[in-house]
Amino acid sequence: MADSNVDRRKRRFLLVATSVASGVAGVAVAVPFVASMNPSARARAAGVPVEVDLSNVEPGMMVTVEWRGQPVWVVHRTREMIDSLPGLDRMVADPKSSMPMQPDYAKNEARSIKPEYLVLVGICTHLGCSPSQKLAPGAESGLGDDWPGGFFCPCHGSKFDLAGRVYKGVPAPANLKVPPYAYLSDTRLLIGKDSKGA
Amino acid sequence: MGKMTALLNWIDARFPLTATWRAHLSEYYAPKNFNFWYYFGSLAMLVLVMQIVTGIFLTMHYKPDAAQAFASVEYIMRDVDWGWAIRYMHSTGSSLFFVVVYLHMFRGLIYGSYRKPRELLWLLGVLIYLCMMAEAFFGYLLPWGQMSYWGAQVIVNLFAAIPFVGPDLAVWVRGDYVVSDATLNRFFAFHVIAIPLVLLGLVAAHLLALHEVGSNNPDGIEIKKKKDPKTGIPLDGIPFFPYYVVKDIFGVVVFLMVFSVIVFFAPEVGGYFLEHNNFVPADPLQTPAHIAPLWYFTPFYSILRAVPPLLGSVFPGVLAMGLAVMVFFFLPWLDRSAVKSIRYRGAVYKTALALLVISFVVLGYLGTVPINVWGQFGAWLGGAERATVVARIFTIVYFLFFLLMPWYTRIDKTKPEPERVTW
Repeated sequence: MADSNVDRRKRRFLLVATSVASGVAGVAVAVPFVASMNPSARARAAGVPVEVDLSNVEPGMMVTVEWRGQPVWVVHRTREMIDSLPGLDRMVADPKSSMPMQPDYAKNEARSIKPEYLVLVGICTHLGCSPSQKLAPGAESGLGDDWPGGFFCPCHGSKFDLAGRVYKGVPAPANLKVPPYAYLSDTRLLIGKDSKGA
Repeated sequence: MGKMTALLNWIDARFPLTATWRAHLSEYYAPKNFNFWYYFGSLAMLVLVMQIVTGIFLTMHYKPDAAQAFASVEYIMRDVDWGWAIRYMHSTGSSLFFVVVYLHMFRGLIYGSYRKPRELLWLLGVLIYLCMMAEAFFGYLLPWGQMSYWGAQVIVNLFAAIPFVGPDLAVWVRGDYVVSDATLNRFFAFHVIAIPLVLLGLVAAHLLALHEVGSNNPDGIEIKKKKDPKTGIPLDGIPFFPYYVVKDIFGVVVFLMVFSVIVFFAPEVGGYFLEHNNFVPADPLQTPAHIAPLWYFTPFYSILRAVPPLLGSVFPGVLAMGLAVMVFFFLPWLDRSAVKSIRYRGAVYKTALALLVISFVVLGYLGTVPINVWGQFGAWLGGAERATVVARIFTIVYFLFFLLMPWYTRIDKTKPEPERVTW
């Protein structure tokens, strides 16, 4: 039989070498296909900052603007709204905003540069729904008589207070995100860019 | 020799036409005691074909473009001749596909069709089920309605919950930082090409595996153990063609009657087959007041909602939801009963299976409604949502069916199996 003359070590070497080489080639060929699914150059370039005029936003009102395809809320909080925040500290999961869900200049009780204006990305930290505004306190919200005002996510029932802090015992794990922002003047806000140029 | 026979011989010398017909139809012997539960395999294949055919015709008019998708679906509904019928056949077909497959899976559960030697057959079936879920999910984004958009947003964000790689993975899946035109375009590609190809391959493998080991039956005994000594044909087997072909055609006729009633008289089925909010174009700035997936995903959606976050991560809920599906893969090795069919099992298994079905239905219902549907418990329970507490209880029951299976199937008192099939 010819079999007895076969150099098995050589055969095995050729087999392993071919397998490894084609395996490497296979991975290399997969790279462009996988990479083609990343956000394109056009999608990456679309995140320009947006300006908001605050002069028309009355106390107790809220406006929504679009930044990077996401809703960004600007709430003009009343004095009562701001004063209600410390009383909720024991009901919210992260009262001191210790998780990095905001720029450093918004890491305070009101989670904002100026307490009157709250700026939040209106996307629930659970699974990305946009919570509904339940700014007014009380039973009208459908969340019970003792609802102090805030936001309620319709998808999975997460609740947030008027600083975007998440309540304990709801699905969302973190406070609503505060985007980078800066005041261009007293009544003009730039969302998506702060003084550090983030 | 007639002309037809000559032609057949010519083909058979070049392609195994007669041999294939015999192996899979006229000489494939199936147990003679099949009952109602054995309609759903062939019905699933029928629906698959209908989905492919209606889908091909829908792609002739549909535009996978965020600016045009919603309008192109309305165009199909209003301006394309018979477009409404083709679209409703496709939307009804998707729901009925899941109805048929859930009944098919339940058949497997009651008669132990996943047990040795059908483990691979079962695994291929679970893979088909996973593919169907992917197919349904990708397809649901295409009409670009509010439910399409926010459903995709939630499901893609499930990936973002995976520790470390999650956020990058979610961006990669979407092809953008939010669900957008790029997402729609690629979901279209997955829905019309990638997943259907895999699905067809898996269905072929499922059938090959079935025809290798032979069909199970309501008695859960192997007909191949008792063969005619002369012919080698199972004594309790009858050829699939013509006997079961005729039986299945009867099932097809009844099924198509139900199908037609839905398509022509109630294609939305009260919001269960087509959700009302999906008749509103997608708005990335406004989530509808109540969002829920279509009914066939709601049991798993309930499990996702029921599991609380841990250490600042929603990953446990996502993991539980994934496991609720994946656990079916382990079924063949979890069941330690001496018998396969529910006919010879004892009260323990019957109770466990009943609890599984109740959990599945209750979780399925709760997934369709907002979590505050039953109001809150009083302060003594921390004001917890009643529906969430119930969902948590049934989530535990659901998982216990599988986790405790190795024990309760062993202690369950079984009856002796018969030698030959019964009716």
